[in-house]
Amino acid sequence: MIGLSSYLVLAALVFSIGLFGVLTRRNAVGILLGIELMLNAVNINFVAFARYNGDLIGLIFTLFTISITVAEVAVGLAIVIAIFRVRRTVEADRLDLLRG
Amino acid sequence: MTADVLLPLLVLAMPFVSFVLLAVVGPLRRTGRGAGVVSIAAIAVSFVAALVVWDRGIVAARTWGWIPADGGPIATVGVLVDPLSNAMLVLVTLVSLLVQIYSLAYLADERRAPLGRYYTYQSLFVFSMLGLVLAPGFLQMFIFWELVGLCSYLLIGFWYERPAAARAAVKAFWITKLGDVGFIVGIVLLWSATGTFEFDDLFEKAQANALAVPDLAAIMFLIYLGAVGKSAQFPLHVWLPDAMEGPTPVSALIHAATMVTAGVYMVTRTEPLFALVPEVLTLIAWVGAFTALLAATMACVEGDIKRVLAYSTVSQLGYMMAAAGAGASPAGFLHLLTHGLFKALLFLAAGAVIHAAGTNDIFRMGGLFRAMPHTAIVFVVGTLALAGVPPLAGFFSKEAVLGGVWEAHLAVPFLMLALTALLTAFYMFRVVFVTFFGRAHAGGHPHEAPWLMRGPLWVLAILTVVVGIRLALGGGEAHEEAPAWLAPLSVGLAAAGFVLAWAMYQRGAIDPARVAAALAPLDYAARRRYGLDALYAGLYRGIILGFSRLIGWIDRYFVDGILNALTALTLRAGDSLRRMQSGRAQDYVYGVAFGMLLLFVCAQLWRR
Repeated sequence: MIGLSSYLVLAALVFSIGLFGVLTRRNAVGILLGIELMLNAVNINFVAFARYNGDLIGLIFTLFTISITVAEVAVGLAIVIAIFRVRRTVEADRLDLLRG
Repeated sequence: MTADVLLPLLVLAMPFVSFVLLAVVGPLRRTGRGAGVVSIAAIAVSFVAALVVWDRGIVAARTWGWIPADGGPIATVGVLVDPLSNAMLVLVTLVSLLVQIYSLAYLADERRAPLGRYYTYQSLFVFSMLGLVLAPGFLQMFIFWELVGLCSYLLIGFWYERPAAARAAVKAFWITKLGDVGFIVGIVLLWSATGTFEFDDLFEKAQANALAVPDLAAIMFLIYLGAVGKSAQFPLHVWLPDAMEGPTPVSALIHAATMVTAGVYMVTRTEPLFALVPEVLTLIAWVGAFTALLAATMACVEGDIKRVLAYSTVSQLGYMMAAAGAGASPAGFLHLLTHGLFKALLFLAAGAVIHAAGTNDIFRMGGLFRAMPHTAIVFVVGTLALAGVPPLAGFFSKEAVLGGVWEAHLAVPFLMLALTALLTAFYMFRVVFVTFFGRAHAGGHPHEAPWLMRGPLWVLAILTVVVGIRLALGGGEAHEEAPAWLAPLSVGLAAAGFVLAWAMYQRGAIDPARVAAALAPLDYAARRRYGLDALYAGLYRGIILGFSRLIGWIDRYFVDGILNALTALTLRAGDSLRRMQSGRAQDYVYGVAFGMLLLFVCAQLWRR
């Protein structure tokens, strides 16, 4: 049987990859994908702990997370499209209206 | 409460009611003449009540606790009615009444709102002056003392659009304040030594020789300083001539008859206390006599009719102070009363002359007797009274003062005062001859003043004569056992002054220019007011303005410098920190991620 720590290491790897994507991708859609990866790393943790502890709460939580992630992606993509309509670009480097 | 207290309270209350009415009810004040009528009606009631008080010879005292404290109030307010304040009440209300009636005509050209303001101030002044006169203790006296000073400031600066008037008002205020500082310090020191402000308590202790106060002389000197400022004694007399920038009726009321005599009144009132410190009394007498002489010499070279009268007022105040200092305060007080009458008369007459001639300069008037005989006659009556010609009021009081000073064996002050008497007659008749009898000057058609102005003049002139005759018949209460040669001497001095003025300015037998040349240093010094005004101006510029400049420099470069450095630092720091805000979401995520990482590392290290 594969131990809990293996799942956690996998989740950490997925999370790190996602974070790396969020930090380095220049396209706003790529950043959204990175966020997806990070959220799924969380899901892996939930499932792993649920299995480890033998209860259902983690699984139910995972279902919620997945549905919320879908909504989040929908909203995120909508924002990206709105930005594209105004700025004609989705390059994250050039979206710096908040610069001090 | 008996009528004995109610009547003086009524005298005091009427001008206050009028003041409050005019101050609060704006539309009434802005009617101008209507405000004048209200003020005059109030003061008329006051005057009648004061006459009744004086006629009945009411003597009463009543105080109410004011500042509460353990074991009785610290300070009281109230009224103290005795012959001294009775006479003063009548003088103040009488002159105020006449002046306010006169002002209706004199200030007829004023716009309505300023006229209403004028009568508001007048009412406040009369109230303050009466409160001062009736004060039963030092504290109340000081409060009203400051109030009359305030009214003087407001009324000198009545035409505040004129820079000279505004400057004169400020000067009068500041210079009298110099003395007032001494006054209040003296009062507080006296209070801390004796525990009371009340005249009655203080006098009782003084009489019983129980006033064991160390440094009483110093305390009384400080209190006297207040009188120096208010009564324009040397060296604080410089404000009074400048105060002539105010309207002439104001000069007549405040700067001749009433407020400036407050110092003399105060010294007379607290005479039992001053009697304990003969050295201060001697100083008062010397300063008074010196002031009298100094001011008289300045009056001799002055060409502005109001300023001549102002110097004359300073000079006569010196007379009163000299009498008070010589221990003859009844004589000084008598001179205060008679002087109040005829000096108000002279000022009001001068106002009529200025009104008609349109100038203050006596050398641009001349031959006005024919144009305005009424004014000329009353002015001559006032001049005769001031010069001390019997049987007018001034003669007896002046003789009493001279007698008192002689009795006190103050030979030098006596000589100074005698010389002043000569100069007084000289400069007053100089004004009379130049103004009323000299060659008429072309230009302008001087006309007699309206009856509203002439009426008060005649009342004052008749009173001057009547009081003189009464003093001649009744002897007066202040008739000292003067040496027999005194009366001829004082008449002789007045006559000499008259003859001198006649010879110089009427007959032309002596050329004034040659006299001036012969007395060149004195003439030069007197014309420059002995440099005292320049000295004060220099001191003011040197010390106060210099100090202000220093403070201004410190404020600008030191205090502001610190603030500027702080703001610059904040701005610089903000500017450099601003660069952290790149606006790129990814940079912030970097921050969050590395921050979290750092926290994890720290937490790990901590646990170990």
